[in-house]
Amino acid sequence: MALSKEQIAQRIAKEVKDGYYVNLGIGIPTLVANFVRDDIEVEFQSENGILGMGPFPFEGEEDADLINAGKQTITAMKGASFFDSAKSFSMIRGQHVDLTILGAMEVAQNGDIANWKIPGKMVKGMGGAMDLVASAENIIVAMMHTNRAGESKILKQCSLPLTGVNCVKKVVTNLAVLEIEDGKFRLLERAPGVSVEEIDAATEGNLIIDGDIPEMTF
Amino acid sequence: MINKTVKDVTTACKGVKDGMTFMLGGFGLSGIPENAIAQLVKLNVKQVTCISNNAGVDDFGLGLLLQKHQIKKMISSYVGENAEFERQMLSGELDVELIPQGTLAQRCLAAQSGVPAFYTPAGYGTEVGEGKESREFNGKMHLLEHAFNADFAFVKAWKGDTAGNLIFKGTARNFNPNMCGAATITVAEVEELVPAGELDPNQIHIPGIFVQRIFQGEKYEKRIEQRTVRKK
Repeated sequence: MALSKEQIAQRIAKEVKDGYYVNLGIGIPTLVANFVRDDIEVEFQSENGILGMGPFPFEGEEDADLINAGKQTITAMKGASFFDSAKSFSMIRGQHVDLTILGAMEVAQNGDIANWKIPGKMVKGMGGAMDLVASAENIIVAMMHTNRAGESKILKQCSLPLTGVNCVKKVVTNLAVLEIEDGKFRLLERAPGVSVEEIDAATEGNLIIDGDIPEMTF
Repeated sequence: MINKTVKDVTTACKGVKDGMTFMLGGFGLSGIPENAIAQLVKLNVKQVTCISNNAGVDDFGLGLLLQKHQIKKMISSYVGENAEFERQMLSGELDVELIPQGTLAQRCLAAQSGVPAFYTPAGYGTEVGEGKESREFNGKMHLLEHAFNADFAFVKAWKGDTAGNLIFKGTARNFNPNMCGAATITVAEVEELVPAGELDPNQIHIPGIFVQRIFQGEKYEKRIEQRTVRKK
């Protein structure tokens, strides 16, 4: 069975380690916070200006002056801090953030990512994504393996306008965990019940399949 | 202390003209200069360029200026919440320059700090980098980006004093401090204006030297764009 969005987030949460500062993008990445082990210390950064982002507020306690990068009302954890946008991107560009998790429309086998624009259709802007992918050492992409028409989004080359070049290291999709290695996708894990053949068929980019590929655990 | 206080938004916006470039603080609808925006709508200045992370929503924030076709060009990082914006952009009525959020912030900061240009890795290899000078540092490619050049910066703070010192609240801080002193004239509106000496100098985020005019704002709506809650 292909993973749900929640399960993709749950699998990615395993990559979040004790002591990490983590930036979560909009969409599936936001869900990752719900699955991080509670016996480790992690601080979430939101690029609009908070480190130590907490869960949504209780009803009636929403504050217009306390939102995340998705413009959702949030809370601040004990020990949180607020800062301006330039400082926020000093954290990001200066590689002080340990892990960046973001969504994508397409990923290519050389690590290129496209997630901000569909010419003539969707022009919303890149927000902080270009700064994040250009700077982060450790980027995990959360995405669906194929689009609604069943076409692969794991490609030899991106067709959409790029967000960044040669930057993605790891991709977690509804079908597989992939790592980018020497200009190819290495298949690391498969979703429970999904065969290597199914993953291969859904992947347009070159796929390295070495030995037995284990099923994901959560 | 030098007194930066002006009596109201009308005085604060004196000198605003057609064709000018404005910086406006805020992220989404959080921390936007609501009073200044309302005044710009009232003055009906046309053909303006706005530097702001977002473009408001259809009926609030910069969306109000868009409705009246006052904006010639928007320089933003994300404009996804505004249907009228999208319509004007796709029809070619509105010129739009989309730039990475960190680059936007740093271009404000560069203008504030007298740094004419800087290198950043953001956008290298993408259409953002087209036509820009690039250079390798430490094995990585970077783009040369320039400081903004604006006539007015409109910012909103939580508290301020008559000397122009500012304190921001929560994530309403965002681009506001970076835009202070980044334009010829910086206009700060605050929720609470106090006499100089009442704010603790240790707690001030922006010193008054970066602010030319300060006024007590009124009737803040502080609209929430995405109300997300959990059950008790």
